[in-house]
Amino acid sequence: MSDVILQVRDLNKSFGGVVATDHLDFDVQFGEIHAVIGPNGAGKTTFVAQLAGMLSPDSGEIIFAGTEIGSMSAPERSHLGLARSFQITSVFPAFSALENVILAIQAHAGHSFRFWKPASTDVDLVKPAREILEQVGLGQRSLSLAGNLAHGEQRQLEIAMALATEPKMLLLDEPTAGMGAEESENMRQFLRRLKGEYSMLLIEHDMDTVFSLADRVTVLVYGRAIATGSPDEIRNNSEVRAAYLGEDEVQTDA
Amino acid sequence: MLSRLKLWVLIISFLILAFLPIVAEAIGEEFYISLVARMMIFAIAAMSLDLILGYGGMISFGHAMFFGLGCYSVGILAFYEITNGWVQLAVCVFGTALIGLFVGYISLRTSGIYFIMVTFALAQMFYFLGISLETYGGDDGLPIDTRSEFFSFFDLSEELNMYYLILGTLTACTILGWKCVNSRFGMVLRGSRANLPRMEAIGFPTLKYRLSAFIISGVMCGLAGFLLGNLTEFLTPEYMHWFRSGEIMVMVIVGGMGTLFGPLYGAFAYLIFEEVMASFTEYWQFYFGPILIVLVLFAKQGLWGLLPGKERLGDE
Amino acid sequence: MTLTLFLEQILNGVQFGVFLFLISAGLTLVLGIMNVVNLAHGSLYMLGAYVSTTLYTLTGNLFIAFVLMVPILLIIGMIVEIIVLRTMYERDHMDQVLATFGLILFFNELVRILWGVEGVGMKIPDSLAGSIDIGVPYPSYRLLIIAMGILVSVALYLMITKTRTGMQIRAGASNRPMIGALGINIRILYTIVFGLGAVFAGFAGLMAGPIISIESGMGEEMLIFAFVVIVIGGIGSIRGALVASVVVGVFEIVGRSILPYILLQLVTPDQAQTAGPALASMLVYILMVVILFFKPQGLFPARTG
Repeated sequence: MSDVILQVRDLNKSFGGVVATDHLDFDVQFGEIHAVIGPNGAGKTTFVAQLAGMLSPDSGEIIFAGTEIGSMSAPERSHLGLARSFQITSVFPAFSALENVILAIQAHAGHSFRFWKPASTDVDLVKPAREILEQVGLGQRSLSLAGNLAHGEQRQLEIAMALATEPKMLLLDEPTAGMGAEESENMRQFLRRLKGEYSMLLIEHDMDTVFSLADRVTVLVYGRAIATGSPDEIRNNSEVRAAYLGEDEVQTDA
Repeated sequence: MLSRLKLWVLIISFLILAFLPIVAEAIGEEFYISLVARMMIFAIAAMSLDLILGYGGMISFGHAMFFGLGCYSVGILAFYEITNGWVQLAVCVFGTALIGLFVGYISLRTSGIYFIMVTFALAQMFYFLGISLETYGGDDGLPIDTRSEFFSFFDLSEELNMYYLILGTLTACTILGWKCVNSRFGMVLRGSRANLPRMEAIGFPTLKYRLSAFIISGVMCGLAGFLLGNLTEFLTPEYMHWFRSGEIMVMVIVGGMGTLFGPLYGAFAYLIFEEVMASFTEYWQFYFGPILIVLVLFAKQGLWGLLPGKERLGDE
Repeated sequence: MTLTLFLEQILNGVQFGVFLFLISAGLTLVLGIMNVVNLAHGSLYMLGAYVSTTLYTLTGNLFIAFVLMVPILLIIGMIVEIIVLRTMYERDHMDQVLATFGLILFFNELVRILWGVEGVGMKIPDSLAGSIDIGVPYPSYRLLIIAMGILVSVALYLMITKTRTGMQIRAGASNRPMIGALGINIRILYTIVFGLGAVFAGFAGLMAGPIISIESGMGEEMLIFAFVVIVIGGIGSIRGALVASVVVGVFEIVGRSILPYILLQLVTPDQAQTAGPALASMLVYILMVVILFFKPQGLFPARTG
């Protein structure tokens, strides 16, 4: 099983009487892009929160890169190599794009109990930050305040920050959320370029993204994985079609 | 970095402070020396609060407790005839650091409204503690007979020496503070204020850093208290009353929250205002209350924000 | 310490807890539902005491004073809400803290201007000045307070759990964005909640009048206790406020009276003399710290986040 980077076994989470995660078994292979889809209320948000360390599961195991991370805090998971981007853009609006990435790099450059040297001109931080910004296509915008960036650029910054933490796996929560057609296509091409270098777990609504990027797709319904397989297999799966009954199969993002 | 205008305003301000005693003595108005000395002490306290309030987003209503503790470390030791300034200083620093660690740890695990209430309550606990310690004067207070003794050649009972010690401390704290908020540590603090979950997701164990900031801020405020005890030669639990915490907060806001230098001017402005208003009416707070509300509603950027020029590209 | 004395102290603690509950209940709702830090809540308690004293002096009848006090405090509460608090809802906590701090200053000076710096006094009505034998002789007035407290708690409990408004309040306390989604008029709800809080605080002030000193700044003494109660009980939780009020009340009163005895068993009389009062004043805070250590959200947090 050494080519599995993330293994979720029998994960359970309930809120009062509501079961959000129901005996969930799941894995992500090393180097693959694995998409998770599901109708609204399927428990995707809860799932992500448990993976990222913001929510504690009631029971079950989460094994990442060979280590059981279920009781680890979010920063600890980040240091193990699990990076996430947020569904609702979560950059630091008052900092420049460069400073946003600097923060991410700084978090993995030892401790930050350094009180004297200015951080935003520290070449050890600035150089790698610039490179990453170039990589995601924001090189020209590095000195702009993150709050002044266009929505699509902010989503790119989200990814940049995730990449800056030198992850093994990217947990991307609706990376194309709120993006127009052209921007979404750019994002897809970018993610395709990252493929192989990083394993990716993609939570998505946008079916274009799912079917053009994913190696495997898992469908989540009421907190359970009802099907896992290649995009074609999933497209033709009758249970999946039934679960989506009444919903558009090709969803354009809101 | 700092805009040229603001840098010059700062330099000139410090120069004025440096030459003030000479001018005051020349025109025979010595009392300004201790007046300004007192304002400088509160400037240090206000700046220390801005560190965690403006930069760290921690709304602590208990800063007066550090202020009082610093004062008490002078007073209580002097009571037992330990007047060595170094010993008193060590007690002050370690004492405030310890209390900062304790209070910070308990309260930083809560958030938002809880944090405000807990710091408020704990600070008040120290106030009540001070009042009930009859040996050290209770709520009447305790006179401090001798000022701290540091070097034999530096007699603090000379008003000028006292003044320059305070000015020196203010200068040092200002420089250190500025370095700190722009350092890696400062970035973590500011990021945590802006978006704590994001910071955790990136990989920062934020509690460690915020707790450290809380302690540093507390120690700095304790230093201010240490100097006040020496200046006024009087010890009273009133220094730890929640009202004082509120005053220091007002100084930060008036000067400009999150600017580090603004609160320095805020302290001066508030204390001058208080002097002037109090000379007109005993009930000056009756007018000040609504003025404060208006300030909060319309003048958030404070005095420092009135100066043109941004500190750095990422300025709010 | 005799058993009688001990029981008496427990009753005093419960009675103190009643005050705390009246003040904390309103405040915890304001904090939980409106997410507004209102430092001026103690001022409402103080105004209740002052206004009631004047009304009582004018009418000579405590009940009439109460009946008149309610609308006055309600109006004051609503004015404060409309003029100051409404502008603060969208603001961050820092602004709210400062603005309500300004209100405290304003009200503290207001009462000194209107009623003088010495404060005022209210006498216990003669009909209630005696004591009743409930196994131990206990002051009738204090019994009345306890009885009123139970009455109010029951009424509040019924209102919160059985009425529509109460349901809206509970929904708001646990999930604020929901109330808007449910189509409930937030503005009116907020004003009601705030008004209720003001009336309860004022009622506490009225009842406290005869047994405490009515002076400028009295509100903040109670406010701190209210904070401790709310922190222990959990923001937004009436049940938490009730439990915590009684616990804090009893702890404070009983603690203060048995502490000297306990200390005398442990240390010399001299040391007990010095440390006693100091420790006694810290008891409640130590309790808060201990509880917070294990439960940073309080005992019964209404919100999960």
